[in-house]
Amino acid sequence: MKILYFSWLREKIGVPYEELEVRSETVNDLINELIKNDHKYELAFEDIKSIRVAVDHKIIQDFNVSIKNAREVAFFPPMTGG
Amino acid sequence: MHQTIEKCYISVNVQKADFDINSEIKTIKSNKIIGGIANFTGVVRNSGVEKEELVSLELEHYPGMTEKAIMLICEDAQKRWNLNSIRVIHRVGRLFTGDNIVLVITASAHRKEAFNSAEFIMDFLKSRAPIWKKEHYETHSSWVKNKEVDELILNDW
Repeated sequence: MKILYFSWLREKIGVPYEELEVRSETVNDLINELIKNDHKYELAFEDIKSIRVAVDHKIIQDFNVSIKNAREVAFFPPMTGG
Repeated sequence: MHQTIEKCYISVNVQKADFDINSEIKTIKSNKIIGGIANFTGVVRNSGVEKEELVSLELEHYPGMTEKAIMLICEDAQKRWNLNSIRVIHRVGRLFTGDNIVLVITASAHRKEAFNSAEFIMDFLKSRAPIWKKEHYETHSSWVKNKEVDELILNDW
């Protein structure tokens, strides 16, 4: 699965994206799986309320949504376009 | 990225290059049933929050998603108002004070639909387009924080 990071999340994790074999079935599981892998994720995901998620280019509100068939999961802070 | 829905031509671009408002409007005017065109241009400003002058503004985005997300906003606008044309150009990359950031043009037979839909699209671009701004100053840089009010105003639509 391709996992992408943007803005200060990208800076905290140190890479714009990574391809990982993940076992997680939901976004919440994935966050926990990442945190277990490396301390840097714990720091990046510290304030979970400030994290937004897109699964295959669609923004999702419910972090318990299934990512079983997802190709891409992106994590980022609130958007500041316009 | 572009498409036509119920006679409304929608065109969205995310690009590094600047845009020319006049030529964009000229293109839209070729449709003779248009009676009103609203256009909004967002420009890089010195926010005045910091003591230092802004050196540059960096816009990061999510390639592959950004145009799709903006197109969804335009499709929503097309459903709500009777529009003939919607044009959105959002710039990314490194910009400087006074540079254009974003252009929204909406065209309709009547002014109200053009005004309202342009405002609607801008409001949603603020917090629904996967774009993040970073301000660079002489001695430091900081990511622009989203404003809670920007999220709240979406409920008014």
